[in-house]
Amino acid sequence: MARIIAGVASSHVPAIGAAIDNHRTEEPYWKRVFSGFEKSKEWMAKAKPDVCIAVYNDHASAFSVEFVPTFALGCAAEFPPADEGWGPRPVPVVKGHPQLAAHIAQSVILDEFDLTVVNKMEVDHGLTVPLNLLFGSPKEWPCPVIPLAVNVVLYPPPTGHRCFMLGRAIRKAVESYPEDLRVVVFGTGGMSHQISGPRAGLINKKFDTAFLDNLSKDPKKLTRMPHVEYMREAGAEGVEMVMWLVMRGALDDKVEEVYRYYTVPASNTAVGHIILENKPRGAGRRPAARKRAAARKAKTAKVAKTPARRAAAHAKPTVIRGR
Amino acid sequence: MAREHKDYEDIPGTFVFDQERSRQGYGINMFCMSLMKEDNRKAFKANEAEYLKRFKLTPEQTDAILRRDYNRMLELGGNIYFTAKLGATDGHSFQHLAAVMTGSTQEDYAKMMLGGGRSIEGNRSKSGKSKSGKVAATRPAARGAKAAKGKSKTRSKARSKRG
Repeated sequence: MARIIAGVASSHVPAIGAAIDNHRTEEPYWKRVFSGFEKSKEWMAKAKPDVCIAVYNDHASAFSVEFVPTFALGCAAEFPPADEGWGPRPVPVVKGHPQLAAHIAQSVILDEFDLTVVNKMEVDHGLTVPLNLLFGSPKEWPCPVIPLAVNVVLYPPPTGHRCFMLGRAIRKAVESYPEDLRVVVFGTGGMSHQISGPRAGLINKKFDTAFLDNLSKDPKKLTRMPHVEYMREAGAEGVEMVMWLVMRGALDDKVEEVYRYYTVPASNTAVGHIILENKPRGAGRRPAARKRAAARKAKTAKVAKTPARRAAAHAKPTVIRGR
Repeated sequence: MAREHKDYEDIPGTFVFDQERSRQGYGINMFCMSLMKEDNRKAFKANEAEYLKRFKLTPEQTDAILRRDYNRMLELGGNIYFTAKLGATDGHSFQHLAAVMTGSTQEDYAKMMLGGGRSIEGNRSKSGKSKSGKVAATRPAARGAKAAKGKSKTRSKARSKRG
């Protein structure tokens, strides 16, 4: 059975990609940004996912204004980097996982998420920059990546709640895939930034920090946040943070925050990054864990003769599960 | 809960690319998209007004494009990810465009970003109706004590240059 082991959120600022492509990562300005991802790369090298699902948005590269899909799942075998006006980024072609993607499409559409299936698509910095930040600049990306493009360009994007619930549906799909695959889900974009109009340059660290806190501990709170609050507080383009909720929805309710980084600015944007792990609960381990929990319970029942002891037994934390 | 109609119109200095603007600005955005091809960039550069006739644009939209009035383009339905392609065709960096839209020089804009960006304080709401709207009265000078000195200086400077 496939399972989601972790979620990663990261900004996807195009200037970060340009800094990599133009070999400027050692400049102090950029070193500050990249230094925050050193530990993440180590984490990723250890996590070694078999597949990644990357939730991102296209920036007038693959999708023009001719058609604007709200959710578009990349089901192709590969996704070449898009020419965003300066030639395609010199990054490897993104290899997809058509079998798992097809399985996800089949499952989530039946779960009432009417997503668009895309069998030919180029991917822009929205997808490739986070891959660089987590994988570095290898000759080939170390694992297949399924792109999930979310419209956050044309208002309204899907609501945070909808994104979160799609994440749930994706988890259900992944967990019903027969092959043993370890999957990491990326949520990309953000954090606070506005790149349009007289208010351009807006940054809101307080909002971003609270968003990271809630993403980790209380994501349901975020699912209730209306778009206007994102746009007002985190900038017109900051609304793309709803995409992080797809990633969060795909994880357990309770997760372990293993890493976080935040810095201002990268070009016009606040860079935010977080890694959230599901607690280990592999299919093989589950019955054993259950057995242990049952044994503990039996033991406690024997001991808890007095009310005080009973209360103590209840207060003791037992195995915490996401669901 | 009832939705407030276009509640985001209360955000200052912001043109949200919504369905109505998308409808109006289809020509602007398709024009910008066409600049992804080298041949089109050449044709546009050779005779801008002539090239624009290929697209369904109102006289106001054509005028905004020819004058490179980026805020007006946004107001008339252009989207920033599209209009940025026009900026790139002119050889401008994105930060240059951002500076132009904020009525600042690129140098001052870059300084503001390095100083932590434009503060949210005083930039939340046109009407002051927003829950946190009380901050609209907070001026950069009043925040000076809280913020790092250099930071608030940069911000007030950048702001004073805004239209």
